[in-house]
Amino acid sequence: MDFLIAIGQYILFLKSVFFKLEKKRIYYSRIIDEINILGMSSIGFVAFISVFVGAVVTLQVAYNMENPLLPTYLIGLSSRDSLILEFSPTMISLVLAGKIGSHIASSIGTMRVTEQIDAMDVMGINSASYLVLPKVVATILINPFLIILSIALGLVGGWLAGDLTGICPTEDYLLGIQYQFIPFNLAYAIIKTIIFAFIITTVCAFFGYTTKGGALEVGQASTQGVVYTSILIIICNYLITNLMLG
Amino acid sequence: MIEIKNISKSFGEKKVLNNLTAKFDKGQINLIIGKSGSGKTMSIKCMLGLQNVDKGSIFFDGIDFTKIKEKERRNIRREIGVVFQGSALFDSMTIEDNVMFPLKMTSGMFSKDMRKRVDFCLERVDLHNVSKLYPSELSGGMQKRVAIARAIALNPKYLFCDEPNSGLDPTTSKVIDNLLKEITYEYNITTVINTHDMNSVLEIGDNIIFIQDGSKKWSGGRDDFLKSNNSELNEFIFSSATFSKLKSIM
Ligand SMILES: Nc1ncnc2c1ncn2[C@@H]1O[C@H](COP(=O)(O)OP(=O)(O)OP(=O)(O)O)[C@@H](O)[C@H]1O
Ligand SMILES: [Mg+2]
Repeated sequence: MDFLIAIGQYILFLKSVFFKLEKKRIYYSRIIDEINILGMSSIGFVAFISVFVGAVVTLQVAYNMENPLLPTYLIGLSSRDSLILEFSPTMISLVLAGKIGSHIASSIGTMRVTEQIDAMDVMGINSASYLVLPKVVATILINPFLIILSIALGLVGGWLAGDLTGICPTEDYLLGIQYQFIPFNLAYAIIKTIIFAFIITTVCAFFGYTTKGGALEVGQASTQGVVYTSILIIICNYLITNLMLG
Repeated sequence: MIEIKNISKSFGEKKVLNNLTAKFDKGQINLIIGKSGSGKTMSIKCMLGLQNVDKGSIFFDGIDFTKIKEKERRNIRREIGVVFQGSALFDSMTIEDNVMFPLKMTSGMFSKDMRKRVDFCLERVDLHNVSKLYPSELSGGMQKRVAIARAIALNPKYLFCDEPNSGLDPTTSKVIDNLLKEITYEYNITTVINTHDMNSVLEIGDNIIFIQDGSKKWSGGRDDFLKSNNSELNEFIFSSATFSKLKSIM
């Protein structure tokens, strides 16, 4: 029952985020700010994880393909596909759910418990829209770039690992990552990323926005936001995959 | 002028406001006083529409705030300035941006004029050279003054302050009281202040409403305040050490 009420509240929350907007001009500068806060600050983190996971994926694929009948370029090919299809869009989105999701929930939660949101409301401002819409737009714009960056750096990581250990020479690896490339897979990755970006920002913002109490509850809202976001990402991942690749 | 008529508000079994009726006059300082937990903040929150009342009406110059649409509510709210119990400054913005925020969001002024207005408001609350600082870099009293500057930025018709001088030393407290008094008279604002500070009551209370357990127990001017023979009010007044001493010499 509580769960159904929460879903109803979430839908009403989305309604106030996307309708009854404030002046357009205000949103532009807010979106730029949020791209900086949520997107740019994640680049280093995403890059670091991607290089290492790309390397690990390549090593694992190589380890599973010790049969001499299989050509080595397959190592590059399967690393590429696992990065594009699953690792970069889903795993990085989960990582971002932890990083930017908790930031969103706790910053909005703090504004709620310190009455900053009430202060906006009594100025006659649509606080939900002012605070949340720029975050949604910013992540929808910037996350696909983060994911493409992640794919690229993952491939670099795989190449380095394959070359340094000698299990997959550069030539074979380069052949592999280009072999039978399906552009649609990239589109699939970007669509997933955009949907996940929407989930991360709106769900975490919802938990922050509806916080009641004090600092303790802000912490709880942030944890809950990340947990529910992660669950939703995993479920949607399955549904989207079923729909687009199934 | 603001009028509340028979407003009630409960949370589950707990009655927080109980048939509260009161009138807050224009160009005067209207005080809501009462013990901690008596419902002062809640009554302000209901008047601002941050909490919905279960029953009763709230009139802003004759318009029933509880019965109008969200859009009309927003229009009334744009004429209200609020100073929250904890100041509620936006901590991601500089002081200047805090005061400019309502102007930027709702006024359509040019940025040069907004800047002028911000400088004027900060000057008005006697703050200098703080515009580029962040709220966390100011003391509590300075934050309160910024909150007042932000509240008066749009020349409000109505001003609400929730405990403007709680947690402040007597001197700063007096500065804030005087400021609120001056602003109210100068711009002919309907000012509603929550307080449990006895000094403020005697300094600035033009019209005092005493509430206990969510109902009005007494109302009147500051001259009648100490002379009242309302037992609940007397208990409230003379529970503070200074005033019990005062009583013994009266
Ligand atoms: N959201 C809420 N849910 C349940 N009870 C509440 C809620 N908000 C306030 N109350 C209760 O309403 C009563 C009045 O609270 P209110 O904040 O108005 O007191 P106050 O007079 O402002 O006190 P103080 O001087 O300490 O600020 C309190 O008993 C409080 O427990
Ligand atoms: Mg209070």
